[in-house]
Amino acid sequence: MAEINMLQAINDALSIALESNEKSILFGEDVGHFGGVFRATSGLQAKFGRDRCFNTPLTEQGIAGFANGLASNGMVAIAEIQFADYIFPAIDQIVNETAKFRYRSGNEFNVGGVTFRTPYGGGIAGGHYHSQSPEAYFTQTAGLKVVVPRNAYQAKGLLLASIRDKNPVIFFEPKRLYRANIAEVPDEDYEIELGKAEVVRQGTDITLLAWGAQMEIIENAADMAAKKGISCEIIDLRTLAPWDAETVATSVKKTGRLLINHEAPLTGGFAGEISATIQEECFLHLESPIARVCGLDTPYPLIHEKEYMPDALKTFEAIKATVNF
Amino acid sequence: MSNATSDNETVHRVSFLDRESVNIPILKVLQADGTVYDNAVLPAIDEVLAHRIYDTCVFTRVLDERMLGAQRQGRISFYMTCTGEEASIIGSTASLDDGDVILAQYREHAAIRYRGFTTEQFMNQLFSNEKDLGKGRQMPIHYGSAELNYQTVSSPLATQIPQATGVGYSFKMQGKRNIAICYFGEGAASEGDFHAGLNMAAVVKSPTIFFCRNNGYAISTPTSEQFCGNGIASRGPGYGIHTIRVDGNDMLAVLAATQQARAYAVENNAPVLIEAMTYRLGAHSSSDDPSGYRSKDEEAKWQQHDPVKRFKLWMINKGWLTEKQDAEMYEKYRKEVLAELKVAEKLPMAMLDTLIEDVYDTPTPRLQQQLKDLKKHLKKYPDSYPNSKGRL
Repeated sequence: MAEINMLQAINDALSIALESNEKSILFGEDVGHFGGVFRATSGLQAKFGRDRCFNTPLTEQGIAGFANGLASNGMVAIAEIQFADYIFPAIDQIVNETAKFRYRSGNEFNVGGVTFRTPYGGGIAGGHYHSQSPEAYFTQTAGLKVVVPRNAYQAKGLLLASIRDKNPVIFFEPKRLYRANIAEVPDEDYEIELGKAEVVRQGTDITLLAWGAQMEIIENAADMAAKKGISCEIIDLRTLAPWDAETVATSVKKTGRLLINHEAPLTGGFAGEISATIQEECFLHLESPIARVCGLDTPYPLIHEKEYMPDALKTFEAIKATVNF
Repeated sequence: MSNATSDNETVHRVSFLDRESVNIPILKVLQADGTVYDNAVLPAIDEVLAHRIYDTCVFTRVLDERMLGAQRQGRISFYMTCTGEEASIIGSTASLDDGDVILAQYREHAAIRYRGFTTEQFMNQLFSNEKDLGKGRQMPIHYGSAELNYQTVSSPLATQIPQATGVGYSFKMQGKRNIAICYFGEGAASEGDFHAGLNMAAVVKSPTIFFCRNNGYAISTPTSEQFCGNGIASRGPGYGIHTIRVDGNDMLAVLAATQQARAYAVENNAPVLIEAMTYRLGAHSSSDDPSGYRSKDEEAKWQQHDPVKRFKLWMINKGWLTEKQDAEMYEKYRKEVLAELKVAEKLPMAMLDTLIEDVYDTPTPRLQQQLKDLKKHLKKYPDSYPNSKGRL
């Protein structure tokens, strides 16, 4: 088992996906010889040829439509959208087509073989066109699965599961962690089940819930809280659609408190959906209102990125306020 | 390389290109009286193929007439005809292999009929009953059949265009000598998906025929308000795509062009663009009234170019059809459509369980819970939900 970073883990997963199924095809802007702007696809064109790993023209709607067509006719389409900020030109293909192909045709046709990979999130001094977290837009659309890994190990297993899932998946990659996160990752082929949250740390006083790059933030906040004698249970949601309400509710029934942290803006963010559901499931177990520590309702800023971020310190303050409610 | 300016002729005075710089001829084979132009090259067609084509024409005319009437009577909610465009649709479909995948817009029901969609299947879709292959999930005219390689129609305009590029590419990767054909109107060619799909097809070398029915109107918007260039065909060379413009009311011209387009696409793993110049004789849909935006004279002029009549005259000239046989065909289909309509409209809707099927490959626990809660409610107030009453 080697220590590798998240990009290497993703590259490894893609290589295994192409190797293990000759029907799989990888494409997107600059993913060919250059290996993608983040180099997630490095070396794959040399290994699998230009027909199976190639650059597309600069057209997100074209990439998404092409992916739908490929998958509708029996192929496995692995498409890269260069930044999640640029997924919006493709939103009609994804929301109206990818998500509904099976339903609207009565299962005469489906595009379950589609996976869109896209780097999301801030912390890279990228301003608002290289930092957004648009996951909530897609959780509103029935028929899509939305997956976000927190580290290199998770990225490889979740990506392989996403590519092989019988449903279309949008796989958001936390680009802040691409090179920063290094973990022991098995060389072999493995999958992590979609739709399951993971209890990362046991605790008794409050449940902290996040996904992707924010997992590191809530773990830091939990460490700070531990020094004040507060025991935090930590859950990584991993899949946002469909999401594992049961694991979250079980934890909240034990701790009596819930804090949700996400980088996307507060209003309309996925924390709202989780709060409403957990309030229904756990009303009589709750010791305090469910707390949300999220991005501000502004476009993602450049110079005030640090202030904007739902960071560990803000989370720590919210933990104390919730526990002492 | 296309960017290598050293290959280009140079000039030393300013000179712009305009729409007149691109001169695109229209392929015509069949004249209005059913005779063939003197120097025309006929497509591959024998009596059997001609009859299959004409049979589809007659069925489609009857279906359109009857179902528009049924919509007016309130028996179905919505309908669209392809009257006037039969040659474009059937001539092109008849040039394909049955394994080629059709990605239609919404006015190509003649194509799925040509492939063998039965009258009963049409009615089941139009009435959204429990036998509809689409499980009653889309409005009338959104046909689809995996068995017939006809992808289910989706309402948003032009989305099928880049998808066709993907389907074509999938055949190339599977090593099959098949293609995708994608139908769209000249209005859909204004959408971003048109550019995305054609540009990608040329770049990735996808064996796909892009078939534009330039029928004069996008709902009420005439072509003069849709584009300023030389039609849709002029864009083909700009993408590096093999392109032809045909008389879309000329069955033999469409057949000839599409037969050769298909052969080229398969041999070269490359896309082809066909622009069929035709005219939408009917309304855009049953919700539209063209008298508000075009003249009776204009419509009457195009009636003279009726593609079905022109092809019929050719068949009669060949001795392959008589007026009597023709009348019998219409009569047969009128009876058949009416009989199937009466059966289909009495069939119940799909069971409520289908409401949560096919969202994902298996219903999620949350969806199952929602259905359970819904059923409990429906059982409490059955009279308020007549579709599911007694069928939960």
